[in-house]
Amino acid sequence: MKMTKFFAWLAIAIGIIYFFVPLLGTFEFSLRMRRGEYSFDSYGSVFSDIQFQQTFGFSVLMAIFTIVFGMLLVVPTAYWVRLRLPQMRPVMEFITLMPLVIPAIVIVFGYLRLYNSSSYIPFTGSIFGTNVLLVMSYITLSLPYMYRSVDTAMRTIDVRTLTEAAEILGAKWPTILFKCIFPNVMSGVLSGAFITFAIVIGEFTMASLLNRPAFGPYLQLVGANKAYEPSALAIIAFAMTWLSMGLIQLVSRFSKLTPSKA
Amino acid sequence: MSTASSSFIDRRTVVDWLGIAPFMIFALMFLIVPTLYLVTGAFFTPEGDFTFKNIGDLFTPTILSAYWISIKVSFASSLGGAIIGFALAWAIVLGGLPSWIRSGLLTFSGVASNFAGVPLAFAFIATLGRTGLVTVFLRDWFGFNLYSTGFNLLSFFGLTITYMFFQIPLMVLILTPALDGLKKEWREASEILGASTWQYWRMVAMPILWPSLLGTSLLLFANAFGAIATAYALTGASLNIVPILLYAQIRGDVLHNPNLGYALALGMIVITGISNILYIWLRMRAERWQK
Repeated sequence: MKMTKFFAWLAIAIGIIYFFVPLLGTFEFSLRMRRGEYSFDSYGSVFSDIQFQQTFGFSVLMAIFTIVFGMLLVVPTAYWVRLRLPQMRPVMEFITLMPLVIPAIVIVFGYLRLYNSSSYIPFTGSIFGTNVLLVMSYITLSLPYMYRSVDTAMRTIDVRTLTEAAEILGAKWPTILFKCIFPNVMSGVLSGAFITFAIVIGEFTMASLLNRPAFGPYLQLVGANKAYEPSALAIIAFAMTWLSMGLIQLVSRFSKLTPSKA
Repeated sequence: MSTASSSFIDRRTVVDWLGIAPFMIFALMFLIVPTLYLVTGAFFTPEGDFTFKNIGDLFTPTILSAYWISIKVSFASSLGGAIIGFALAWAIVLGGLPSWIRSGLLTFSGVASNFAGVPLAFAFIATLGRTGLVTVFLRDWFGFNLYSTGFNLLSFFGLTITYMFFQIPLMVLILTPALDGLKKEWREASEILGASTWQYWRMVAMPILWPSLLGTSLLLFANAFGAIATAYALTGASLNIVPILLYAQIRGDVLHNPNLGYALALGMIVITGISNILYIWLRMRAERWQK
C-alpha cells in the first residue's frame, strides 16, 4: 500500500512538472520584455495593439453568431428527434461525430472548391458570404459538443409529457420550443455555448484558409514576428479557456442544485 | 375514407421528416457534400476523366515522408499521452490520494485538453525554445546546453512533446470513468483466490481495461493526425507533416496538381476514419463492463 501511494504521488509529480513548467515558462517569458527586470509591458503592448482589438472583436462576434445559429439548429433538431424520430438517433450520433473524424483542414478544403466565386453558391465571392461560410464552418466544428450537451440535457426532462402538457394548454410550437424546451435544457445549451466559445475564439485553420481577419491567424502572425507578445497572448488564451471551462462547471453545478420538476 | 386516412398518415410522416430537414440540409451542405466532393475528386483528372493516378502519386517520396512523419508524431504523442494519462488516472482513482487532487486534476484536464492551437506552440517556445525557461535554466545552473545534444523544438521530438499537452488530459478524462468501473469485488475475489497484485492486473484488470486504453489511444492518434495550428505556429512550414503539406497545397498548389490535393485529403480521412471506427468498436466492447 505504501508503494502504491508512492507511485501515485510520483505520477502526480511528473504530471505537475509537465503541465506547470510550460505555463510558468510562458508567464516568465511574457514578463521579460523590459531588459533586466520583470514587467507587464508585453501585455500592455498586446492590449494596445489595434489589430488585437479588431481581430479579437471579430472572433468574439463570430463565436456569438456560431452559438446563436448553432443552437437554433441543434436544439429543435435534438428535440424533434427525441419526440418524433427516435429511430434516427444513431444517424444523428453518426453525423454529429463526423467533424471529429474529418480533419478541419479537409472540410475547409471542400468548401473552397465547392463554394468558390465561380460556383453555383459563391459563398467566397463576397466578404459577407465568406463570413457566413466561416460561421457555418464553426457550427460544423462545434456540432459534436453542442449536440451532445443539448441531447444529454434533454435526457433528464420528459420531452413528450412536456410537449403534450403545453399542447393541451393551447401553446403553439414556437411557444413550446422557446418557453418550454429551451429553458429546460438551458444548462446543456450554456455548457455547449462555452465550449464552442473556447474552440472558436482561437481557431486557426478555417479562418486562415478563408482569409478572414480572425484572432487565430493574428496569433500566428504575432508569433512569427514578435518576441514577447506571443507569450502574453498564450497566457491570455489560457486564461480564457480556463474561464470557459470554469463557467461550464458552474452551470452544471447550478443545474444540479435546482431540483428538476419536469 | 381509406385514402383520407392514408394521406393523413403520409402528412404526419412528411411533417416528422420536415422537422429535421434544416439540420440535414446543413449537414449535407457543410459536412457531407464538401467531403464527398474531395473524395470523388481524388479519382478524377483535372479534365474530368476517371483515374487512379492521384492515389498512385501519393506514393512518391515527399508525400510518403509527410505521411510517415505525421504517423510517427501522432503515434508517439498518443503513446506518451496514453502512458502518462493512464498513470495519472490510476493515481487519482486507485492511488489513495486526497480527493482534492482528483477534482483538481480533472478540472485542469478539462482546460488543458482544450488548450491547443497557436497559443500552445507559444507556450512551448517560451519553455523549450532557444531562450526558453528550461533551456536557460539548464544552461545557467547546470552548464547543460540542451540544443547541443541535438534537441530541437522544431522537430519530431519537439512536436511530440508539445502535442502531449492536450493528449494526456484527454486520456485522463476518458480513462478515469473506466478505472472507476473496476469493481472492488474483483480485486478482493482475486486476492482471496491468492492472486498477486501483478496477477490481478495482468489477468483481471487489463483484459477489462484494454479496449478503453487502446480505443482512447486511437482517438488520440486521430486527434494529433488532423491537428495543424500548433504545428504550423511551432515550425512554420519547415516540418513536412501531412496537414501542413495540405495547407500549402490549398494555399498555392505546391504539388502542381489540384486533384492530387484531393487524394492527400482522402488519405487523411482514411487514416483518421480507420482509427475512429476502431475506437468506436473498442468503446462498445469496453462498455460491456461499465454497466
